[in-house]
Amino acid sequence: MSSETVFQARVEDPIGGDFYARRFQQGCEENTLVLNMGPQHPSTHGVLRVILEVDGEYILRAEPVLGYLHRMHEKMGEVKSWYQFIPNMGRVDYGHPLAWNWAYVGAVEKLAGIEVPERAEYIRVITCELNRLASHLLWWGAYLLDLGAFTPILYAFDDREAILDILQRPTGSRLTYSSFRIGGVQMDLDDKAVQMIKDFIPYFRKRLPMYKDLVTDNIILRKRVEGIGEMSPDVVNRFGCTGPVARGSGINYDVRRNEPYSIYDRFDFEIPTEDTCCAAGRYLVRMEEMAQTLRILEQAVEGLEQAKGERIMEKAPKPNWKAPAGEAWFAVESGRGKVGVHVVSDGSKTPYRVKLRSPSYSNLSSFGEVAEGVLIADAVAILGSLDLIIPEIDR
Amino acid sequence: METIRRNILQPIKDLWSLIVGLKVTGKYFAMKQVTVHYPRQVIDDENLKTYAGHIELVGKPKDPCMPRCISCQMCATSCPSGCIKVTKQKAPKPTPEQQKAMEEAKAKGEKVKKPAAPKNPAGFMLDYSLCSLCGTCVEVCPVKSLRFSNDIYLVGTSRDDFKFDLLERLRSQAEPRCDAPASKKQ
Repeated sequence: MSSETVFQARVEDPIGGDFYARRFQQGCEENTLVLNMGPQHPSTHGVLRVILEVDGEYILRAEPVLGYLHRMHEKMGEVKSWYQFIPNMGRVDYGHPLAWNWAYVGAVEKLAGIEVPERAEYIRVITCELNRLASHLLWWGAYLLDLGAFTPILYAFDDREAILDILQRPTGSRLTYSSFRIGGVQMDLDDKAVQMIKDFIPYFRKRLPMYKDLVTDNIILRKRVEGIGEMSPDVVNRFGCTGPVARGSGINYDVRRNEPYSIYDRFDFEIPTEDTCCAAGRYLVRMEEMAQTLRILEQAVEGLEQAKGERIMEKAPKPNWKAPAGEAWFAVESGRGKVGVHVVSDGSKTPYRVKLRSPSYSNLSSFGEVAEGVLIADAVAILGSLDLIIPEIDR
Repeated sequence: METIRRNILQPIKDLWSLIVGLKVTGKYFAMKQVTVHYPRQVIDDENLKTYAGHIELVGKPKDPCMPRCISCQMCATSCPSGCIKVTKQKAPKPTPEQQKAMEEAKAKGEKVKKPAAPKNPAGFMLDYSLCSLCGTCVEVCPVKSLRFSNDIYLVGTSRDDFKFDLLERLRSQAEPRCDAPASKKQ
């Protein structure tokens, strides 16, 4: 449907007609069924509606409809001061909030030319990587729950709790962290937390083979994910998918390696890729990423101990601090892909504009194309493999 | 060869993967439970100490009933959710002697000294139902008068149950050491 006809439809019927009536219904074939998946389907991890046009069990067309969790984070940035906007970031992606924290404070630091002390950088890397593990574990449990396996989520949450216990020490909370500050971090990592991380790394390394035995090698899972949701590198590029979704299609792109930020260039780690382009590829990439994250953690803890006794905060800006005029863009790699924040300042107490680039939005956009011609049960497997966090989509 | 692989070896391999998975499940079945039967059972308090819950006022070392707070409003300014409300104390009415002294000073053309308002706040309300737990209020406090409490077992039947009078809370915490009764104003 061209934009002109959409416009005309709106003029003729300015208040009536939703997305379904205006865009979807007109393209429907005869003898097909239109089915709403969601807004409460478990595979959508929250509130997302996908309209499916199905012929029997097969999907002819799929269209995600956004707009159920609208909280206007971008617009809210324009009415809150630079400092006050920080806790909003933890709410955009409750799975990996520290990456969003980092993207925002990184952008403001770049804008204002603030250097972050080395110890703060190490703390940021450690907490962010631990959070990535927690995020992948949440995905792992929830994805397998979508596919019908209940046990894995219990195992995943057992390990995730251990990570949250560690993260609680330097951040004070267990889910929506907002501990990074403009110029550093809020709290230091104490010796007990460092010890907990040191104990956790070998423990979790032993857990990974157990995950492999329990689920990854399991023929039931393999039959559900192998060859499902074929996403060619072309599709990935067209929709701007990033993170494990892109790496599962053989695209070796990771912000930590390709556009190094902070101190990531100091660590020795690999970017896992799979070129199967299917849900299994995305699954395996995430599993391998967990092992690589442990490698980064090991090195970062070593570096943290060398930077002992240093300060964790540059001279902190006051709550009514005015950022210099200009603009800045900062991107970090979250558990879901490239998280970017573009801030524009006119030199006042509040940002002139905050633009968020969220990976889930791009990843979900590809769903309509990938889900064409698959079974409804496979659509669940595809949606889950994209690892969606809904507030990111509808920010 | 391909047929043998597909029809015999592969199913055996597939079956084996199920047995391996079941072995893991069996192992964990025999292990100790990791879940806690709340509320019959609670976890130890070690974990609660590091939890940054709602904020509370810190008393002066010599007078624990009196907060360190100087009603500068920094916490209320920095709060993104607008959940803190600090009320300043009004300056006391001058006594007849002070009034007389002021008038005399005014007549002489000297600087008039008005009685100053006490710095400690008259009221300190926290609406915890709005708080986003960012901790910026604790950071910006110039006199370190705020800290996080470790209160996690909070429960209420209405939103009003989470509107805390922090001055009241401070007094109740320091109760045994409080000699003077709380003033009416507070």
